[in-house]
Amino acid sequence: MIGPVQAKRSRRLALAGAIITAMWIAACGADYYEIPIETPIQPKLDVSPFQRVLVAGFVAGGTEDVDANQETVRLLRSQLRTKSSLRVIDADILPLIDIAQDQTRVTSGGRDEPREAATGGPNGDGQGQEHPPGPTLLLPQKIKEEKDLEPYERLFANTAYWKKIGEEYQNPLIVTGTVLFTPHSRSGFVQRDTEVYDSFGRRRVVPVRTYMERKGFILRPKFVFIDGRTGATIYSESYREEILYNAQQNTPALSSYFELMDRLVPNFLSALSSQKIKGTRVLLK
Amino acid sequence: MNIRLAIPLVVIAVGIASPSFADARTEAKAQVAFGINVAQRGLWREAIYRWERAVEIDPTYAAAYNDLAIAYEHEGQLDKARRAYEKALELDPNNTQVRQNYELFKEINDRTGSSKEKP
Repeated sequence: MIGPVQAKRSRRLALAGAIITAMWIAACGADYYEIPIETPIQPKLDVSPFQRVLVAGFVAGGTEDVDANQETVRLLRSQLRTKSSLRVIDADILPLIDIAQDQTRVTSGGRDEPREAATGGPNGDGQGQEHPPGPTLLLPQKIKEEKDLEPYERLFANTAYWKKIGEEYQNPLIVTGTVLFTPHSRSGFVQRDTEVYDSFGRRRVVPVRTYMERKGFILRPKFVFIDGRTGATIYSESYREEILYNAQQNTPALSSYFELMDRLVPNFLSALSSQKIKGTRVLLK
Repeated sequence: MNIRLAIPLVVIAVGIASPSFADARTEAKAQVAFGINVAQRGLWREAIYRWERAVEIDPTYAAAYNDLAIAYEHEGQLDKARRAYEKALELDPNNTQVRQNYELFKEINDRTGSSKEKP
């Protein structure tokens, strides 16, 4: 008689224990919760003094398959139209290579005082172009690599020229800079995931190192932000992005250009306007 | 119900509900849970208040610092977020979820300079 009673009691105790455990787990719930967040990023530049932005043009070089000056101006203007509060000025794209060449010809042409007519004209207030000190570097007509761009840097330091441009467009924020878009190839070992099936027909993905010849492009833009009221550079930033494809793959240069610019545009925009970056995080109890 | 079964049940129930049982961690946990609840409804300021209370009550509670960091991040208070993540990791260095949150935060926070060329 005692045996069945004890068994009944122990079953009840076990049941009660299970109920308490279940209640405890329910009360505690999960220990972590995935939650979407939006991180606001403040702009790097205070653009409040400006109502308008002029994407003037770029000193561009590299492959001849893409007009990097024209494409960059068009892309940045369209992005700024939709993603910034500044009004975008539609103006002819400045041929900055020609302008810089002209400025250099004038300064190295036996005159100490630079001529301004060809590059924007004098201000009429006796203020000449301000060229940085140092020897005059020859400007290469064709820009093939990074060192070809270096002599053009002095163009961005020419405050009188940019001030003149600013006056023409009612003192906007001026966006200019350099863009180098060059073909690139690389060979070496690459790790790729490959599907394999074992003797039972089960699929597995294993990393395999293979030697590959790849080709693609490197995009190196430098964005220079100039205060149109003073002609002075207020901010600049340089980037480098590259993309590589199988040697057999024939991707048009323009597609690669846009793919690489797509990666950089958020960074460019974050200089001018606040951005919200979506993501998820894990809250813990 | 058998009295032998009822007694331990009552003891456990009273124990859970009793304020005397609620130490700092329990109180902080309640604040954290409430914060999670309101954050899921988009009330991030209220969540910040709750999680700030939680770390005040129990300054050794890593999860509260983690949650606070996420809320600061959402509100754009990135310096505060970084400090809170670092505190959470200091308290619980092996917590992979806190570390993952922090890595994602750093990626976004440093984003503007992510592909920037070093001078």
